Amino acid sequence: MNCVKGARAWLALLFCLAPGVLAAQGPPAPPSNDDCQMCHAEASTTRANGQPVVVDPAKWAASIHGQLDLKCVDCHADATEIPHADALARVDCSGCHSDAVTQYGASVHAKQRAGGGAQLAATCVSCHGVHDILPSSDPESRTHHLKLPVTCGTCHGNDATIQLAHLHGGNIGEQFADSIHGRALLKGGLAVAPNCATCHGAHDVRSHQDPQAKVARGNIPGMCGTCHEGVLRTFSRGKHGEMVQADPTKAPVCIDCHSAHTIQRTEQAAWKVEVINECGTCHAESIVTYRDTFHGKVTELGFARVATCADCHGAHEVLPASNPASPVHPNNRVQMCRRCHEGANANFAKYDPHADRHDITDGRLLYFTGKFMELLLVGVFGFFGLHSGLWLLRSLQVVRDRRARARLAARTPERHDADERR
Amino acid sequence: MHSHDASAAGRHYRRFDRYSRISHILLMVSFLGLAFTGLPLLFSDVPWAARLARAWGGLQAAGFIHRVCATLLIGVFVAHVGRLVQRVYVQKDYGIFWGPASMVPQPRDLREMYQHFRWFVGLGPRPQFDHFTYWEKFDYWAVFWGMFIIGGSGLMLWFPEFSSIVVPGWVFNIALLIHGEEALLAVGFIFTIHFFNGHLRPEKFPMDPVIFTGTVSEHELREERPAEYERLAREGRLAEFESGPPSVRSHAVGRLVGATAVTLGLLMVALIIRAWLH
Repeated sequence: MNCVKGARAWLALLFCLAPGVLAAQGPPAPPSNDDCQMCHAEASTTRANGQPVVVDPAKWAASIHGQLDLKCVDCHADATEIPHADALARVDCSGCHSDAVTQYGASVHAKQRAGGGAQLAATCVSCHGVHDILPSSDPESRTHHLKLPVTCGTCHGNDATIQLAHLHGGNIGEQFADSIHGRALLKGGLAVAPNCATCHGAHDVRSHQDPQAKVARGNIPGMCGTCHEGVLRTFSRGKHGEMVQADPTKAPVCIDCHSAHTIQRTEQAAWKVEVINECGTCHAESIVTYRDTFHGKVTELGFARVATCADCHGAHEVLPASNPASPVHPNNRVQMCRRCHEGANANFAKYDPHADRHDITDGRLLYFTGKFMELLLVGVFGFFGLHSGLWLLRSLQVVRDRRARARLAARTPERHDADERR
Repeated sequence: MHSHDASAAGRHYRRFDRYSRISHILLMVSFLGLAFTGLPLLFSDVPWAARLARAWGGLQAAGFIHRVCATLLIGVFVAHVGRLVQRVYVQKDYGIFWGPASMVPQPRDLREMYQHFRWFVGLGPRPQFDHFTYWEKFDYWAVFWGMFIIGGSGLMLWFPEFSSIVVPGWVFNIALLIHGEEALLAVGFIFTIHFFNGHLRPEKFPMDPVIFTGTVSEHELREERPAEYERLAREGRLAEFESGPPSVRSHAVGRLVGATAVTLGLLMVALIIRAWLH
């Protein structure tokens, strides 16, 4: 109904303006912004389905497009006359922003839309807004560096959307907000802290499975290294860095240890002990033997005061023990032990921090001591288990007999003494 | 069930002197402390272990209590050995080497064990036990051996830098292995077998306060250790050991302390079983 009312107002207006318009030569001029505002400034103007189609004049005036004096018809080119058709065509931003739209075309968002299904993936307006677009340099802009995680979070931090669109990785908005990067950005207001686009790109957000993605496995060290330059250098020198060069799908990259969206301060005990399990996903044997040691048990209980993997092997520059530069190379071991055990000597460093008690080649004495202890445990508990079990059965029987005799004695008191002596 | 009724009154005989009773209390307290602070490490992969470690205020605090208890237990052990030496060299009491008052395993222990098994299955009468039975001697030597094994390995790991002057580092691997396994053996044994033999079996259930009160009733002595009663009677030495019934207070305190220890021990057993099922 409101639509009809709006149209009537336009008709009235047309009659007033008709002489001037008719006096002009050539094709009729497209509606001016003021023309459009006649209806679209009114809150009562709605679509046939009741959805309002208001353009707030103040917001428009403040927007980047308003500032540039763009005409409504610059975007809504099919609104050539008033009243215009009920449904105007979807605005095509590529007329001005051709690079951004081309990049968007390769993004996971565009591909999701093109693939059919629920049309939930972001388009230009999802991130930038519609008539209120502010330049990303404006602190109030949705795409401002410090604001972008909130904007991405409207989908990637919204449990309903995450479920509906089958978005991977859970509630990334929440995860990021609690990460070292998220806290620096959102709480600290730190301009150099990365936001979503720093790692994923802005218009060309690609799936991590796309080899061209900024977050493709092979590109991650380089991408993190744009800020963490020193770490990238040491990482590249180490074994893991070497493996990334050979085949990134078979090598650990930054996110395998640090995670992607939940990166924590590495000094935190919780992180230090958790990352050990991460090492263990590949170094399965080493973590089993590590868990047999005092170091491994203390960290398993959640306390990080003892040696973790990185304390001995290094964190980013992990080198094989055969490499003379490795802290666990035989020549460097005493020095390495001394970092915690100040009085350590060469004899001390003969301790095996990964001894396998079930492997005879890791030490015959250890192996046979283990076997002896197992036998001792089985032997002692086997023998005394049987001993106590039989004793229990017999004692229960004795107690039952005594009670029975006591009941009998209660009936025939004179027999009591004789029974007791049995 | 009679023994309980009779234990509080009537003629009693001394079984444990004050020294032994105090030793046992200190042994018990330090052992429980060691078990509850050490087992989180042994079962570090199960959830209760981390909770227990945190309950102590973290592993550093637990480790401190572990070392305090270890020092106490070593003190009890040294005092015990010192007393044995004193009995031999000062009192010229050679009874600790052989005979009924000795902990040394003797042929009669093997015989009595055999007879005891026969009695379990109804093939013979209950053996005529004397002052120390074969299972009590086993308990004693298990602790004695455990002191060297767990105590020795524990001290080595407490001072690894000092130990490494004497032994190569790979011995620490073995020390940690036997410290843990022997501790499991000791904890498992004390909290199941020793508890059953001493307290939980139907004749004693729920507990035998003799180690706290020091005396047993005449009835119990005659029933449990007939050979000892008859020997003392024969030698005319019964009066030497005779005492009044334990005071109500010592009886109550003994029961309270014993029941607490048994409860804590059984709780530990439950935690170990839970860890195995994990």
